[in-house]
Amino acid sequence: MQNTPTRDLVVGLFVLAGLLAIGYLSIELGGFSYGGQGGLRLVASFRDIGGLSLRAPVEISGVKVGRVAAIELGPDLRARVTLDVDRRLELPVDTTAAVRTAGVLGDQFVALDPGAEEELLHSGDELTFTESAISIEKLVGTLVHGDDLGGAQ
Amino acid sequence: MAGPVAALGAHSWSFVRELGRMGRFGARILAAGLRPPYRARRVLREIYDAGVLSLAIVCASGVAVGMVLGLQIYHVLVRFGSASSLGAVVGLTLIRELGPVLTGLLVTGRAGSAMAAEIGMMTATEQIDGMQTMAVDPVHFVVAPKAVAMAVAMPLLTALFVVCAIFGSWLVGVRLLGLDPGVFRSSLENAVEFRTDVLGCLLKAWIFGMLIALVATYRGFTSGRSAAEVSASTTSTVVTASVCILLFDYAITALWGF
Repeated sequence: MQNTPTRDLVVGLFVLAGLLAIGYLSIELGGFSYGGQGGLRLVASFRDIGGLSLRAPVEISGVKVGRVAAIELGPDLRARVTLDVDRRLELPVDTTAAVRTAGVLGDQFVALDPGAEEELLHSGDELTFTESAISIEKLVGTLVHGDDLGGAQ
Repeated sequence: MAGPVAALGAHSWSFVRELGRMGRFGARILAAGLRPPYRARRVLREIYDAGVLSLAIVCASGVAVGMVLGLQIYHVLVRFGSASSLGAVVGLTLIRELGPVLTGLLVTGRAGSAMAAEIGMMTATEQIDGMQTMAVDPVHFVVAPKAVAMAVAMPLLTALFVVCAIFGSWLVGVRLLGLDPGVFRSSLENAVEFRTDVLGCLLKAWIFGMLIALVATYRGFTSGRSAAEVSASTTSTVVTASVCILLFDYAITALWGF
């Protein structure tokens, strides 16, 4: 057993290193920065959100700016998606939200397309223009059955 | 005919009794741990024994596990053209499962066995009896600091293990196999969630730490007085604690989805 002051120092260093590791896991990897009420909260209604899941990324021009915070069924029986977006963004009121897929088999995300209005969106605002998910099954269905000669082909 | 059935009954009976004794011992540790004086110096010494001395093996195993995991999973993912999600797969595997479980097993072998042997030796040389004669509660003086130290050290060790393992898989994925560092990092950061993954990892580690401390101190405390019996209780600590960790891991995942 070493003498006490050295041992105390070593234990202190160990605890510090452990706490740093926990901090790295929680803040760097766990994405603590977007969490909570910190961000700009926007609401968007979609007719079909496809396979969009909670915490899916929200992107502008492919750059990640937030996450999907909540998905629920609205009173008008459309999907109501709450987005938690970086507070520093200045988004015009005519911003469009679209559910897109990364690649053919990739995960789904919400793409924001900023508009041209002078007026800016505030937390809790609803996005007026939305674009639903494109479902591959529906596309294939239209291709197969939409065609008059479909049955024969 | 009645012989084997009676033997089975006797085994079940002694198993349940053992479980009950262990539970009561756990309650005694809890009560002793909450009662002042808190003996911070002894806790600090035990954190040194259980935590700092396990650090080398935990970090070395972490890097090794991360490297081999990165290598194995990379070759599977490449077949599907999705090598870019290496970070996500490795990170989630480590944080949710391998981190707490492997650290638990390592700490059981490194510190749990030492804990059981130390207390077993104290029992064998009648130091525990001596304390009781002097009206010093051995659970309060010897066992509780060890349990507290284990509950503190396990989450810290697990976090260090995971960070080392992620570093190991980064070494293999980015340095050796030439994956883009940004891709690795972003897939890792997108996949890992604080509330479900990181908190679950730390909760598991904390539960495993208390489990190791309970089994090790109980086995040491109830050890026989001969050298062979002390060694048997040390062995049984490692076996019981390892099995308990694996069972609890499944139960926690099944119950709360961590």
